Amino acid sequence: MEQLQEMTSSDTETVHSGPEEREPERAAPVSVKRPTVSRDKTIPARAEVDKVAVNNLNFYYKDYHALKDINLTLRDKRVTAFIGPSGCGKSTLLRVLNRIYGLYPGLKATGEVMVDGVNILDPKQDLNLLRSRIGMVFQKPTPFPMSIFDNVAFGIRLYEKLSHSELQDRVEQALRRAAIWDEAKDKLKQSGLSLSGGQQQRLCIARAVAVRPEIILLDEPTSALDPLSTQKVEELISELKSDYCIAIVTHNMQQAARSSDYTAFMYLGELVEFSETEALFTHPQKKQTEDYITGRFG
Amino acid sequence: MAISPLYAKRRVINVMVMGCSISATVIGITWLGLVLYALLLNGFSAISLDLFTQMTPPPGSKGGLLNPIFGSLVMTLVATLVGAPIGILAGTFLAEYSRGGRFAEVIRFINDILLSAPSIIVGLFVYELVVVRMGHFSAWAGATALAIIVIPVVVRTTEDMLNLVPNSLREAAAALGSPKWKVIVMVSYRAARQGMLTGIMLAVARIAGETAPLLFTALNNQFWSTNLNGPMANLPVVIFQFAMSPYADWQSLAWGGALLVTFAILVLNITARVLTSWNSFKK
Repeated sequence: MEQLQEMTSSDTETVHSGPEEREPERAAPVSVKRPTVSRDKTIPARAEVDKVAVNNLNFYYKDYHALKDINLTLRDKRVTAFIGPSGCGKSTLLRVLNRIYGLYPGLKATGEVMVDGVNILDPKQDLNLLRSRIGMVFQKPTPFPMSIFDNVAFGIRLYEKLSHSELQDRVEQALRRAAIWDEAKDKLKQSGLSLSGGQQQRLCIARAVAVRPEIILLDEPTSALDPLSTQKVEELISELKSDYCIAIVTHNMQQAARSSDYTAFMYLGELVEFSETEALFTHPQKKQTEDYITGRFG
Repeated sequence: MAISPLYAKRRVINVMVMGCSISATVIGITWLGLVLYALLLNGFSAISLDLFTQMTPPPGSKGGLLNPIFGSLVMTLVATLVGAPIGILAGTFLAEYSRGGRFAEVIRFINDILLSAPSIIVGLFVYELVVVRMGHFSAWAGATALAIIVIPVVVRTTEDMLNLVPNSLREAAAALGSPKWKVIVMVSYRAARQGMLTGIMLAVARIAGETAPLLFTALNNQFWSTNLNGPMANLPVVIFQFAMSPYADWQSLAWGGALLVTFAILVLNITARVLTSWNSFKK
């Protein structure tokens, strides 16, 4: 299931250059915690490093209690899938992990979400900085109304001052990483909107990867895509796993089974079951999980 | 297949409603057509090189509309340069920052009132505020009055266009760690660019033909003047004055001026249209 050589890949080269190369604003408390150590090559391939720990998380949309006492751990360099019927809170949970919910008034999260030991729900947390470490890809492709190049460069330019050639390298690297370089290399100056849906989604993944985040959140990334594009994105996910902590929300159970190491089954805002994907799909511990994965409800 | 009585009745009603709608449209368009016809008929004969190179004449001698054309352009430009940025910023506040708060509701309501306020009220307001205090009419006062008319139009269109930008785009930018102002400038504005530009053009078209606010502020000037601190000629007021006069040559110039203004507004509107349709095509 797990390829051993994945872990030995060129981690350090794609990983963050550390605070000193960033702009001064990056040197806030968070970046001190940048896990340069935990990403060291010396970690044995099978070692599990906890990246995100969610403790007693509750989430409210005004009066509606959307997440109830969630406890789980996301491991670094592993893919964790979230499955469950619509409205069970899996997307909400994902949106807590980078605090994107903070864009809207009236939403509240209580409990703890520890990323590398720092509680990101702390009101003092710098949200922009936090989000630059945690990439997100949405259900519908969201290319910005600018050229393909600028789409990918957007995030890089926010936090790094690079010469044009360095920037070009980074953009190419990201596009290659997202397996869209061959399709896009001749039209970098064209609008990102000119790509097909599947290409747009891979462009969005490239954009997320380009800023070299530590965690990538994927919110039903393939639900708007055709089977072929879906396959490409899934291949991409298993490819990216070697460098990032990945969380993916999906309605497609085969997708969860195929591409994840851990799976969380959620129902009505509660985390029903959370275990290794193989275990969850072959020997579910809870009746609800079994009913759901065998298609008896949901 | 037999037609049921109910279906037959519906068909009759359909034909009746369609007939009513079409005749209403025709009635509406007819007047517009007649106005344009009269304008073209009378205005076209007044169009000559003199119209663009000569000053407004005293009755009985030859002349053109150079000074009012210049005055209208200058005041419209100044009003747009002042009003559009204010309108864009206020619209940005409403769409991006206010988050449906009470304060924004109040501003939106007031803006809607301002949008439909009679322009003569704006003229009187600026008269009291600027002209009375300065002690004389001036192009500055005229531009101020026009700017006050530009603002609510631009606020409204900017807000509407920014509201059309899908939130998912803002989320995507924010998720990359982008500060809010950068999300707005780099993503929201870019996505809404054409619509916002259209709003500004519609505002320009609106003020290009406004007469009432200028009557109280910029007044008129028979001579060439580039002094913004004094009265300045402008097309609407000249049209008003010349059309009401008993002199045939003045009346002819008024027709020419009216044609010019109408043509300019038409061009602005068409450009705005093209920009919007281009926008929707791209999406």
